[in-house]
Amino acid sequence: MNRIAATFARLKAEGRAGLITFVEAFDPDRATSAALLAGMAARGADIIEIGMPFSDPMADGPTIQLAGRRALHAGATVAGTLDLVREFRAGNDTLPLVLMGYLNPILSYGIERFAADAARFGVDGVIVVDLPTEESDMMLPSLRANRIDLIRLVAPTTSDERLPVVLKESSGFVYYVSITGITGTRTASADDLARDIPRLRRATDLPIAVGFGVRTPEQAAIVAQYADAAVVASALIDRMAAGLDGNGHASPALIGQVLDDVSALAAAMRLEPRVAYASLA
Amino acid sequence: MNKPIPNSLRNLPDERGRFGEFGGRFVAETLMPLILELEAAYETAKGDPAFQAEFDYYMKHYVGRPSPMWFAERLTKKLGGAKIYFKRDELNHTGAHKINNCIGQILLAKRMGKTRIIAETGAGQHGVATATVAALFGLPCVIYMGAVDVERQQPNVFRMKLLGAEVRPVTSGAATLKDAMNDALRDWVANVRDTFYIIGTAAGPHPYPAMVRDFQSVIGVEARAQMLEAEGRLPDVAVAAIGGGSNAIGLFHPMLDDDVRMIGVEAAGRGLDSGEHAASLSRGRPGVLHGNKTYLLQDADGQILEAHSISAGLDYPGVGPEHSYLHDIGRVEYVAVTDDEALAAFQLCCATEGIIPALEPAHALAYVAKIAPEMAADQIILMNLCGRGDKDIFTVAKHLGERL
Repeated sequence: MNRIAATFARLKAEGRAGLITFVEAFDPDRATSAALLAGMAARGADIIEIGMPFSDPMADGPTIQLAGRRALHAGATVAGTLDLVREFRAGNDTLPLVLMGYLNPILSYGIERFAADAARFGVDGVIVVDLPTEESDMMLPSLRANRIDLIRLVAPTTSDERLPVVLKESSGFVYYVSITGITGTRTASADDLARDIPRLRRATDLPIAVGFGVRTPEQAAIVAQYADAAVVASALIDRMAAGLDGNGHASPALIGQVLDDVSALAAAMRLEPRVAYASLA
Repeated sequence: MNKPIPNSLRNLPDERGRFGEFGGRFVAETLMPLILELEAAYETAKGDPAFQAEFDYYMKHYVGRPSPMWFAERLTKKLGGAKIYFKRDELNHTGAHKINNCIGQILLAKRMGKTRIIAETGAGQHGVATATVAALFGLPCVIYMGAVDVERQQPNVFRMKLLGAEVRPVTSGAATLKDAMNDALRDWVANVRDTFYIIGTAAGPHPYPAMVRDFQSVIGVEARAQMLEAEGRLPDVAVAAIGGGSNAIGLFHPMLDDDVRMIGVEAAGRGLDSGEHAASLSRGRPGVLHGNKTYLLQDADGQILEAHSISAGLDYPGVGPEHSYLHDIGRVEYVAVTDDEALAAFQLCCATEGIIPALEPAHALAYVAKIAPEMAADQIILMNLCGRGDKDIFTVAKHLGERL
């Protein structure tokens, strides 16, 4: 069982939903993202997504756009991001890491080489925002050969007829983009989730993570009632971006504040009784 | 009208939207169902004589088509070689070929029941053409334009406002055309149910490259017939400027199966080796951006680079995927001319033909001026004069050291 499957099995046994946090690699510098990765794991994140910076992140809102720009300014590359994974893995062999990014830097690195290096350094899953199902045969064989999950996005616009197409070759978990929009903007309501998540459950046995617009412990707790994991990204980046010093650096105290937010989110995932699994799984 | 032959180059893209390895549909899942819906709607419209008749009606009575084909006799004499003809798409309503595509797309938007129009623009020509058709059909319209471009293209910003469009300056990235396209895509993702995105060039996710090409093919279809009427034969060479490449593919596509040499002219900016150019075919490599696989200007890590050209309409780090394919199979030659060469051609056109061309076709003309003298007097060059230069007079004045 790979780390992602093992983590969701453990969450199910604990009767709670998981917390997925997000770090944009090299934002605002390598050392800060390394500290955030280690710190989030220690503060109760169940899975961490690592954003691979791209010059043209068309599905992202201003928060992650700016994070990507700071990261590229700090010298982020695909190789550098993989090296962050390697360093994290030296101290943690259980927490799943999922790389999230856009296709072009991966193409440029070489798909075969990317899959092999990602596996070697300890990546468990990959989300490629601009690689829809119709195009994913370009990456699936390499990822499969290296036992990396290709995690698919499902959106409110994905019709019931289309769901089986999208989910057919998915593995790991399903990432539900809970709003029609870009990252860090609107937030789905409890009613939206009560309507949408059962629709997905009927189409897949994979765990379902909900992202785009989940910002607070309260919102994460609502997500936890319906889904198997909540993804929080922009809110954590906003916390850090607002506290960067005049040189664009993150102080240890600022990193501590971001990690305090992670603790609060992790606590929220342990508050609500998991009704969803009992009734829907 | 000529029909595609077996092994025709005019049967692409395939059902996945591919031209060879190029093209495709590289968009987020949120947009994918919309892209598929658009493709189905376009396929239906394309086969519907009523849609074609409606398109033809607006082409004739609103755009002013067919545009003339002009024998540039004084220019021919001055260059002393092949006969040079201009396809006069600068005479269209709004002053460029962009309107052909905008009419086609807004008719499709109307058929699909969409009630809001968005578009990206660089220099503002596509923005003006989109604002024009949105006004004509009474639909609200938002134009995304890089903040840098808003600053340097004030007359077009005002035109769009007069036409009732809202111009949203884009400050992300380098605040130019590619960033405007990113923000238009972000708007579309957030407003998928009611919004139609009118992409301005033959690029983006399938079906846009094919659809824009089809609407722009009116240029090549007319020119082919006009040339047969004027000369009793097809031209030896067809030449057009390449930014995203919609005017070029519109001219070339109806003649791809004919024995016509074709040349696409990219912007070499301050020189192909200066690092400041927009020549994605000459100096880029294949990658994925804005929904399609194509040649891109990018660094070693796959980050997209900024393009440069004196012509804002060519200032884009990618190119339509069909051009990438035609480049790789060698059917079309792609060359590049510098800012300075385009400026010289701009002046040459004004002085010899009494036509102020846009800086985009001035690039095509600069290359025509290089090859015409080496060709025989009975040979023919057809060049797409795809836009008029009124919009460029401030840029040209600045480069010539004149104050307006």
